[in-house]
Amino acid sequence: MAVFTRDGELTWRRRDRREALQRWMASFAFVTLLLLCWQVIAERTLWDFVLDAPAQGADLVGRMIPPDLPYLQRLWRPLWDTFNMATLGTLIAIVFATPLAFLAARNTTPRFPLIRPIALLIIVASRSINSLIWALLLVLILGPGVLAGVIAIALRSIGFIGKLLYEAIEEIDTRSVEAITATGASPGQLRAYAVVPQIMPAFAGISVYRWDINIREATVLGLVGAGGLGLELMASVNTLAWGRVSTLFLLILATVLISEWVSARLRAAVT
Amino acid sequence: MNDAALRWRRPPMIANPWWRAALWLGVGGYLIAAVGSLEINWQRIVAGMPRALEFVQAMAAPDFVSRADQIIDGVLESLTMTLVATVAGFVLSVPVALGAARNLAPAPVYLFCRAIIAVSRSFQEIIIAILFVAMLGFGPLAGVVTLAFASIGFIAKLAAEDIEAMDTRPLEAIRATGGSWAQVIHWAVKPQVMPRLAGITLYRLDINFRESAIIGIVGAGGIGATLNTAFDRYEFDTAAAILLIIIIIVLMAEYLSGMLRARLR
Repeated sequence: MAVFTRDGELTWRRRDRREALQRWMASFAFVTLLLLCWQVIAERTLWDFVLDAPAQGADLVGRMIPPDLPYLQRLWRPLWDTFNMATLGTLIAIVFATPLAFLAARNTTPRFPLIRPIALLIIVASRSINSLIWALLLVLILGPGVLAGVIAIALRSIGFIGKLLYEAIEEIDTRSVEAITATGASPGQLRAYAVVPQIMPAFAGISVYRWDINIREATVLGLVGAGGLGLELMASVNTLAWGRVSTLFLLILATVLISEWVSARLRAAVT
Repeated sequence: MNDAALRWRRPPMIANPWWRAALWLGVGGYLIAAVGSLEINWQRIVAGMPRALEFVQAMAAPDFVSRADQIIDGVLESLTMTLVATVAGFVLSVPVALGAARNLAPAPVYLFCRAIIAVSRSFQEIIIAILFVAMLGFGPLAGVVTLAFASIGFIAKLAAEDIEAMDTRPLEAIRATGGSWAQVIHWAVKPQVMPRLAGITLYRLDINFRESAIIGIVGAGGIGATLNTAFDRYEFDTAAAILLIIIIIVLMAEYLSGMLRARLR
């Protein structure tokens, strides 16, 4: 904020000259960077296709309507597979992520060098790689199918659940820990009576939240061959059966909305 | 009465024993049905084990060199896509956010903007990418449009919630001075919402990079396409190198955006 004298009159301005100049330079640099980035993209775009896009889009929508509703009958099994990939994957992730979170939390990690960094590294590696990429790899190793999807979901979720859970463990109230320690409890008892009851609501909330995300992700894992609705989606896109694609979209939308609603209700009940 | 009868036991989570039994039965039944329908092909898994081993070895000795050109190209494309899409998403989501805030917008505008947000949030990026690739052709432009579209739902929803939760007194003060709608937005809404909006956008930048690494699988450009090709050619050492690069960039982006967000607060 600055006050200037201009034409013998006091004028208010939001920023003084130096600040304004700095901000202007920063904006200029940012816009330049943005334009350079845009140039890279523009160079790699076939503009003939883009000019054609409105027509293509209208054509696409035209082919998607009406949705091929009888096709729904063949989708119950893929839907069940999708649900299983998300649910089993989440369960497996919980089994591995819980001990991992205890090893990674500063206040519960064993007094032994390297364990905490290793646990954190596992969490980071798992979290940074999308479940689709895990699925891409697992389909090569395990063959196409639901199993690859289950494990891909699990591998991605371990990091997610592990991170949120270890943060919850680090934030627990230390007073009850001290109280239980004062009764002469063993480390196992300490964990069972001081730590676990405090993180239980967070744990349930995190797991349900991840399950909800996993339902979304499981709907597309089939795109790389890991079973479920995505497999049908890929088949329909490849055969240009857009009526089927729109049916799948509707089913995916319904599945996602229902799982979101269930997860919101469960989380509200927990906390 | 003996001691054993007086021992304290933790109360169960569900008080009614019948409900507890039913829950366990239900969970057990579901697990049996679900695992039973997995159709595990053991022969294929055994056949795939050498590949698993190969991948683990590749992780230990990633090959950054032999496909260096393609890797650099893919990373550059992902980064440019991320930046352009986030900026475009930000610009487009500001009006949507203003329209989706119940305290600023009339009911029809509110419903329309909320509908945009709902559509954008319900579908995974990769599904949106399939549609845009079909419309715009293969390449990074389809990726940019996809990520920008997905960013609208994310940024606008969080920003609208923030606008709805803001302090109304500056609003009234500016209105009382006779400020127009635009002046109210500029002097009362913007200063309150801007820091958090910047934080949300930085967070989205981070997410957009992660997503830019996968939408290439369906042809929308970026490092995902390079990764997919590497897997298709069974070049695990190149794939491992790409995965490591993705992890490092994701971590850096997360660290940077976390740091910037902490400074904005």
